[in-house]
Amino acid sequence: MNWSRWLLRPWQRLDPAITTGILLLMAISLGVLYSSSQGNLGIVFQQSLRFGIAFIALLAVANTPPERLRAWAPFLYALGLFLLAVTLVAGHSYLGARRWLGIGPLSFQPSELMKLALPLFLAYYYAQQEHVQNWRAAITGFLVIGVPFLLIAKEPDLGTAGQIAAAGLFTMWLAGVRRRWFIGLIVIAAVSAPILWHFLHGYQKDRILTFLDPQRDPLGSGYHIIQSMIAVGSGGIFGKGWFNGTQVNLDFLPEAQTDFVFAGFAEEFGLVGVLFLIAVYLLIVLRGLAIAYESRDPFGRLIAGTLSLTFFLYVFINMGMTTGILPVVGVPLPLISYGGTAMLTFMIGLGILMSVHAHPRLHE
Amino acid sequence: MDIRQPQREQQRFSRRILLALGLIAVMTAILLGQFLKIQLLQHSNYATQSTRNAIALLPIPPARGLILDRHGQVLADNRVTFTLAITPNTAGDLSRTIAHLRSILPVSEVDLDAFQRDLGRTHPYQPVVIRRNLGAAELAAFAVHRHEFPGVELQARLKRYYPYGPLFAHVVGYVGHLTPAEIDEESANHYAGIDYIGKNGIEAEYEDILRGEPGNQNVEVDARGRPLRTLRDTPAEQGENLTVTLDLALQQAAARAMGTHSGAVVALDPANGEVLVAYSSPAFDPNAFVDGLSGNAWAALRDDPATPMTNRFLRGAYPPGSTIKPFVALVALQNGVITPDEKLPGGATYQIPGSTHKYYDWKPGGHGAENLGEAIRDSNDVYFYQVAMRLGITRLSAGLAPFGFGKLTGIDLPGEAAAVLPSPEWLQRRYHQPWYQGQTVIVGIGQGYLLTTPLQLARATAAVANGGNLVTPHLVRSSADIDNPADAAPQSIGLSAAAISEVQAAMRAVVTSGTAHNLAKDPNAIAAKTGTAQVRRARRNDAGRALTGDPTALQDHALFIAYAPADHPRIAVAVIVEHGGHGGSAAGPVARAVIDAYLQESTSPLPNPGATP
Repeated sequence: MNWSRWLLRPWQRLDPAITTGILLLMAISLGVLYSSSQGNLGIVFQQSLRFGIAFIALLAVANTPPERLRAWAPFLYALGLFLLAVTLVAGHSYLGARRWLGIGPLSFQPSELMKLALPLFLAYYYAQQEHVQNWRAAITGFLVIGVPFLLIAKEPDLGTAGQIAAAGLFTMWLAGVRRRWFIGLIVIAAVSAPILWHFLHGYQKDRILTFLDPQRDPLGSGYHIIQSMIAVGSGGIFGKGWFNGTQVNLDFLPEAQTDFVFAGFAEEFGLVGVLFLIAVYLLIVLRGLAIAYESRDPFGRLIAGTLSLTFFLYVFINMGMTTGILPVVGVPLPLISYGGTAMLTFMIGLGILMSVHAHPRLHE
Repeated sequence: MDIRQPQREQQRFSRRILLALGLIAVMTAILLGQFLKIQLLQHSNYATQSTRNAIALLPIPPARGLILDRHGQVLADNRVTFTLAITPNTAGDLSRTIAHLRSILPVSEVDLDAFQRDLGRTHPYQPVVIRRNLGAAELAAFAVHRHEFPGVELQARLKRYYPYGPLFAHVVGYVGHLTPAEIDEESANHYAGIDYIGKNGIEAEYEDILRGEPGNQNVEVDARGRPLRTLRDTPAEQGENLTVTLDLALQQAAARAMGTHSGAVVALDPANGEVLVAYSSPAFDPNAFVDGLSGNAWAALRDDPATPMTNRFLRGAYPPGSTIKPFVALVALQNGVITPDEKLPGGATYQIPGSTHKYYDWKPGGHGAENLGEAIRDSNDVYFYQVAMRLGITRLSAGLAPFGFGKLTGIDLPGEAAAVLPSPEWLQRRYHQPWYQGQTVIVGIGQGYLLTTPLQLARATAAVANGGNLVTPHLVRSSADIDNPADAAPQSIGLSAAAISEVQAAMRAVVTSGTAHNLAKDPNAIAAKTGTAQVRRARRNDAGRALTGDPTALQDHALFIAYAPADHPRIAVAVIVEHGGHGGSAAGPVARAVIDAYLQESTSPLPNPGATP
């Protein structure tokens, strides 16, 4: 084995379709950031650096066989639970919520780890489970989801808790847990919603009320959604053009580089740009589902299917909240929003997809 | 049964993947539907909102039109003044900025109060004025330290300036700061960016013409309202310069002649009613009102016993005294109660038949039997008591009305007073009292209930001078831009030419050999009538206030009406000098000064009127 082969081999694990999608999203992200920061190359450079680091992580994961990921799954899940518990006790308080954990100079959100650890662990569990369709498999699944859900909801970060629960439910669904359990869950959720309302924090109630009627408080909690919809709507078919978005460049659009980055994109590139962006996301998601569909390995196909669906869910929630379909929950637009942690999580997730595809398991 | 069945599991997984695919399709459709809705169907609505977000209209104030006299002399000017303004959100710590500012130039408590008041009304990105009218030394001081004051800017503004100070205070008026009560929603557009509004006089009457129309700048602003770049400019429409009929030299002559006396002078062109002089004394400096008076200064003006704020020529109602006699004579001739040559008995007093009350002549011992011309010349009271009795109050009052007494003249100034032309109906309406004959007698010599404004007197005098036509006094000629209803053709009163010339001759005789013979040597042939109005009654009414301890306050008002030249009258004048004593000696010289200035001026070359930018 000469050195060039050794250097090239990791790249061969990359899935061409998903990699194309990632590169396109990366280009869009840098372009939008460059415009919304009014030509701040520093921000663009920082984001590029993060892409680079996240891509190396993706490469590493893609070259890690699924068996090893599977072996790590219980450990990662346990570590995640432990860190969540520690966060609740000793985490940084920021804007009234304990979500961050400091380790030396670094700080990170254990809930990010859980976004991957939970589906990995559930896939691990169901892949080795003999009887997926019995009640014990269902109850176990709910417990595995419920504990981290409650820990994160307590921070409080209901948005992330919900996303993690959704990922876990996707795994259970794909694993084959009986349909009646899901129906039952929906019924219970619907019935208990009015009771849960009383346990919500003021800002959480506010967000939901604002979603129902943004004009309730147009300069306060309704401001984000109103300005965001103005940005998207004023983009029209062809958009105002790169660097010409007034909503984003004149600071009317809040969080134009993070959670509301999509609104700035839609303003400058219009419906045409939006359709293209959705196409890129669908390319990644559908390719991921195809990998799951083709995989003969129970663990591999479960984790691949779950991560694809979760990826899509993030896209849907983010686009939905910026256009007024959904209440504002802090969900980034995958691989486009400015920020490192979420990007790393998404890239590792896509790396797992590639790993599943690149390490076909011969039939047992 | 519970043995693992990879085949079946695989199938179930595939089925559920397909179901998930369906879910993705539905969710994508929902997103697409929303994009179509807001980017396609509601696009124009959102585009409008986006534009409204980012585009602001910044007003560009117009320069106010100048006011010029008939020879182009500037009576109301605009001057550049320098103002310091602080923009709160760029200045940082306001109290420190102000403290530092006060260390290099004075900022009064009044300035600070105004600053605090305005601060509460504006957005933090809009500059708020902290000091107005910086002097040259203050400008220099600020320029040196400018870099120490982020968010403090020097603004150049136009400020109204009245170069002649009090001279035209009552006729030109003044501008002052616009108050919210003065503009409604409709007119707000016309005042965008404008600080001043005409409060009084010509400034108020011709506000619409002088003001101009503000322009605007379409400016792109960011979410904090900071202007970023100009998109479109609509220039302001400057206010029009207004040439008025006043004559600076005459006004100055009138003011000089009045000296420190209280009173009023009005001079008209008898041919058309153009106002040449409109002066009220004492006056005030209108410049003090432009940027607002301090409370103390205002109280001092308001409480001054000489009432400098009162516009005497327009609102001062005085008994005309003997100056009414020429008009009473004309009414008598017109009604045929007397002929020019008929001599009426003289004497020291007059008694109404059957009454014991005696009405005295002003001259101890009185005059002999005199005809109409002699009676006007000598201001024979007993003669006019008899004439008034012959006429009766109804005919007297009806006959005086066509001269404009008791009515607004219609001059193009706000706030005119109508004064009083009494009649039995008026007395009944006003005081619910019956009319007595004795009241008729004294109206015949311009006393009693009869009150006139100096403007009315001048107008009536002009009617005698021009052969019996009533003019409407006005300050501005009608033009393409200005429709002034006061600039109308004179209306005939319907007097016989013989009666007019009889009275004109008598008024000339007043100067050559009568009560105003002190003006007999004047090279200009002046025709006039003197008058003296008693103020004792007024003194009793006002006892304890204005008149205490001032012996001159007990003196009668001196009145004087005149026109010249006697054969071709070109100027008609009415003068009142409060507590001046005898009309001929106190008020006559004032009228003479105005007449001489006017007639002398028109024989020497003048700057071309109307040659203004």
